[in-house]
Amino acid sequence: MARRIIVDPITRIEGHLRIEVEIDDNNRVIDAWSSATLWRGFEQILQGRDPRDAGLITQRFCGVCTYSHYEAATLAVEDAIGVVPPKNARIIRNLIQGAQYLHDKMVHFYHLHGLDWVDIVSALSAKPGDAVDLARSVCENPYNCSVSHYEEVQKRLTAFVQSGRLGPFAHAYWGNASYKLPPPANLVIASHYLDALSVQRVAAQMMALFGGKNPHPQTLVVGGVTSVMDAMNAARLGEYLYRLKEVKKFIETAYFPDVLLAAQYYKDEGAAGIGAGVKNYLSYGGFPLDDQWQGKLFPRGAILGGNLSQVYDIDEKKITEEVTHSWYEGNGAVHPYEGETRPDYTGFDAQGYLKGNEKYSWVKAPRYDGKPMEVGPLARILVGYAGGDKKIRELVDGLIGKTGIPTDALFSTLGRTAARCLEARLVADHVEGWVYELVGNIKAGDQRTWTRCDIPQSAQGRGMTEAPRGALGHWIRIENRAIANYQAVVPSTWNASPRDAKGQRGPYEESLVGTVLANPDQPLEIIRTIHSFDPCLACAVHIIDPRRSTIREFKIQ
Amino acid sequence: MALDEMFSNKGEQLRACYDALMKKCDSHLEKMHQELPLPQDKWNEALISRGVSRRDFLKWCSIMTAALTLPPAFTPKVAQAAEMASRIPVVWLNLSECTGCTEALLRSSYPNIDDLILDTISLEYHETLMVASGHQAEECLNEALEKFAGQFVCVIEGAIPLGMNGKYLTIGARGKTGYEIAKEVASKAAMVISIGSCSSFGNIPAARPNPTQARGIGDALKIPTVNIAGCPPNATNFVGTLLHYILFGALPALDRLGRPLWAYGKRIHDFCERRPHYDAGEFVEEWGDEYAKRGFCLYKVGCKGPYTYANCSQVRFNQGSSWPVMAGHGCMGCTEPGFWDRMAPLEKPMADHAPLPLAGVEATADEIGIGLAAVTLAGIGVHAVGSVLRGVGKEKGGEE
Repeated sequence: MARRIIVDPITRIEGHLRIEVEIDDNNRVIDAWSSATLWRGFEQILQGRDPRDAGLITQRFCGVCTYSHYEAATLAVEDAIGVVPPKNARIIRNLIQGAQYLHDKMVHFYHLHGLDWVDIVSALSAKPGDAVDLARSVCENPYNCSVSHYEEVQKRLTAFVQSGRLGPFAHAYWGNASYKLPPPANLVIASHYLDALSVQRVAAQMMALFGGKNPHPQTLVVGGVTSVMDAMNAARLGEYLYRLKEVKKFIETAYFPDVLLAAQYYKDEGAAGIGAGVKNYLSYGGFPLDDQWQGKLFPRGAILGGNLSQVYDIDEKKITEEVTHSWYEGNGAVHPYEGETRPDYTGFDAQGYLKGNEKYSWVKAPRYDGKPMEVGPLARILVGYAGGDKKIRELVDGLIGKTGIPTDALFSTLGRTAARCLEARLVADHVEGWVYELVGNIKAGDQRTWTRCDIPQSAQGRGMTEAPRGALGHWIRIENRAIANYQAVVPSTWNASPRDAKGQRGPYEESLVGTVLANPDQPLEIIRTIHSFDPCLACAVHIIDPRRSTIREFKIQ
Repeated sequence: MALDEMFSNKGEQLRACYDALMKKCDSHLEKMHQELPLPQDKWNEALISRGVSRRDFLKWCSIMTAALTLPPAFTPKVAQAAEMASRIPVVWLNLSECTGCTEALLRSSYPNIDDLILDTISLEYHETLMVASGHQAEECLNEALEKFAGQFVCVIEGAIPLGMNGKYLTIGARGKTGYEIAKEVASKAAMVISIGSCSSFGNIPAARPNPTQARGIGDALKIPTVNIAGCPPNATNFVGTLLHYILFGALPALDRLGRPLWAYGKRIHDFCERRPHYDAGEFVEEWGDEYAKRGFCLYKVGCKGPYTYANCSQVRFNQGSSWPVMAGHGCMGCTEPGFWDRMAPLEKPMADHAPLPLAGVEATADEIGIGLAAVTLAGIGVHAVGSVLRGVGKEKGGEE
C-alpha cells in the first residue's frame, strides 16, 4: 500500500516549502509533489513605479541572493533603455556578485546542507588523531587541522549535547542509516561547520566593501554603480583582496577537501544517480568578462536529456510558464510577457494533503521548449563542460580524477553538491584578476562608473544573469516612464516547479522519485536531495502577471 | 525653593530612582537565573575562543550601557546580562519575508561580542537554521511553547498576510496560516520582537497596492511589539534590545512607532559622514560625477537620511565595513513605515515630491522629520526611572 508523507516545513532554506511524497511498501518514493506556501504579489507592487526603483524592490524577492535580483532588474532596465554601463561598473558588479557566490556556497554547504550528510553525534566518538589523518588524505594542508583543535571541537559539541538544550539541533535525524560518513570524517566537517560561521562573515564583508552592506546591497543604479570612492581607494581594494585570500584559503583547504571526503563515502549514491531528476539543464550565462559583454565565466546554453554531446543555444521565445497546477487562474503555456493571471487558491484536500491532480502550489511551472529544466550550479557546470569550456573541464576532470567517480555520477544529489563547490573554486580563482583589471583600468585614466541615461516614455527589455541558485531572468515593460509590467522567472521557480498540463513533474519532484527512505519517519533523504538544489522559495512565488497585461511582442537580442 | 536646592533634590530623587531600577534589574536577573536552564557555553571560554579579552568585553559592556542610556554603575549588570544571553529561549518565526533579517544577523556586526550573543541564544525554533524538518520541526516548536511558556522571547521576521483569511501563507502539515501561528506563539511569549521592517510595519509586501493585505505584527495581532526596523535591520539594535530584556524583563523605551529610542532616536542625517558637505551646500548632482568622487552629500540624488530615524551612520554594517551612504548611494529610509510608497521615487530628492511647496531642503527635512518623530521620549534608563517614579513598572507590554 502506498502511503503519503508530508514534509512541511522544509527547514534550512529561504522561504516556505512543502514536499509530499508517496512511498511504497519498500519505502521507495513512487511519486512526489512540491508546493510553495507563501505568496506576496511583487509584480503588482512593482506596477506604476519608477523603473529605477525596480532593482531595490526586486532585491527584496529574497534576502539570500539579494544582489542577483538587484543586478537582473538593473540589466533589464538598461536593456530597455539601450545603455551599457562603463567597464569599471561591469567589473565592480562582478566583484560584488563574486562575493555573493563565495558567501552563498560556503553557507549552503555547511549550514544549510552539511547536516544532511554529516552526523554530529557520530563526530563525538571520533579519535581526533584519525580525523587529522583523514583530513590530510584529501588535502595537503587542511584548514584548522590538529589533534588539539579537533579535541576542542569535540569538547564544545559534547558540552552542547550534555546541556540537554540542543536548540536548532534538536529532533534531528542523528543515527539514521543514510548517514554514511565514519566518525573522523564527521568530525572534520563538523569542525569546518563551526569555522565557516566566521569565514562567511568575511565573505559578506567583501560584498559590503563595494555594495554598502550585505545582505541587501545598495550601490547599483541604472547605467552603473555608485561606489566610485571605494573603487578609487587603494586601501579599499586592498581590504577586498585581503578578505578574498582568507575566503579562498577556506574554500581550498576546507570546502573542497570536505566535498572530496563526502564524495568518497557517498559515491555509490552518485553512481546510482540518486536525486538526478529531469536531466535537462539551463544556464543563461553569468559574469561578463569583456566590454562587449560576450565572454562569460559561466557559458550560456541548454542540455537536454542528460546528453552531454550537445549544447543548445537558448532561444528566449521558448521560455514559457503555465499554471495548470498552480494557485492561479489561467490556461496554456505562455511567454512571461503574455500571461494574465489571478490568484486562485484552492487549498488542500479533505485529508489535508495537496490536491496533486489539481492546483497545489504558488509556484508556476516554467518550461523551456515545453520541458522542465534544472537550473543552478550543476546546470552551469554541465553546460560549460559539455561546451568544452577549458577552465570548467579542468575542474570537473580534476574532481573525477581525484574521486574516481564516473562523469555520469554528476547527475545526482551528490553531483549537484559537488558542482556547487567547483563553482566556488572557479569564482574564487577569477575574482583576484578582476580586482587587478579594475586597478589597471583606473590607472589608465578611466574613472567612469556610470553612463548617463534617462527613462524613455516607453520601452521594454530583459535582464538575464546567473544567481548562485541558477538562471535568473527579469522582464520589464515601461510605459509613461513607469513600470507597466514586470516579470521574473527565478531559479527556484524552475526547480520547485509543480507539474504542467502534460503531467511532467518539476525538477524537485522528479529528483525524489526512486529514492529509498531508511526510516520513513525521518525524511533525511528527501531533505538532502531538496537541499542540494539550494531552495530559495520566497523569490519563486511572486510570479504573477498584472491583471491588465496584454499580449506583446518581446525584444530578442 | 532656591534653584540649587531644587537641583540637589532632583539629585536625591534620581539616585533613589536608579536604586530602584538597580533593584528591578537584580530581581529580574535573579529570576532568570532561577527559572531558566544553565548556559550552554561557558562564557569566559567562549570569549577566549573568539579572541576577545575580558578587558575588551568590559569595554563593550560600558559602550552598551551608555547606548542604553544607563548610568555607568550598570556596566557590571550589562556584563551579567550578556553572560546570561545563552539562557534565553528564542522562538523565531518566518512569515511573509525574504529571510534577509536572519541573513543580516548571521553576518552580524562589530564587535565580536554581538556575534557571540547571537550564537549563544538558544534558538528553540528557527526554520532557516534548525536541522529538523517537517513534523520533527513542529515538535520543536510545541516543546518550546510548553517548556518555556511565558519565558521565551518570540522574534518574528516578516509581515502577516491577512487577505484571503491568511491563506497566502500556510506552514506545517496541517496548513496553519501565518496569522494563526503568530497569534498562538506570541500569546505565550514573554515579549515579542518584530525584527525588520516587514514585521514592524509591513514593508514590501504591504507596499501599494498591498496585494495580500499584509500588516506588521503589532498591527495584525493588536499587541505591543518592539520594532527593530530596517531592511535589513542592524544586528546591534537587536542585541541591545535583548540585553534590555535580560536586564529588566520589559520592553525598552520606544518611540511612537515602537522602535527602541536608544537605536532609533536620531536621524541618519545627524551623524552622517557627508553632513559637512550638506552644510556647505556641496552636493552630488548625478551618479559618478566629480562630486561623487569627492564624497559630497547625496541629498540631490535621493538620499532620505534627513527623514530617517536610525543609527546606520554610527554603527554601519558588516563589522563596520560600510553602509549605503559610504558606498555613494543615498539612504532609502528603510526604517520608516511605508517608505517604498512615501519616499519613492528613491533616486529623487524628497523636495521634488513633497506634498507642499516648501522653502528649501532643510525645511522639507525638518517638516517631515517632525512628522515622523512626533513625540519621542528620553532614553531607556531615564525613562525607566520615570516609570519607577510613577510606580508603573510594567512587566510586559509597551511602555509609552
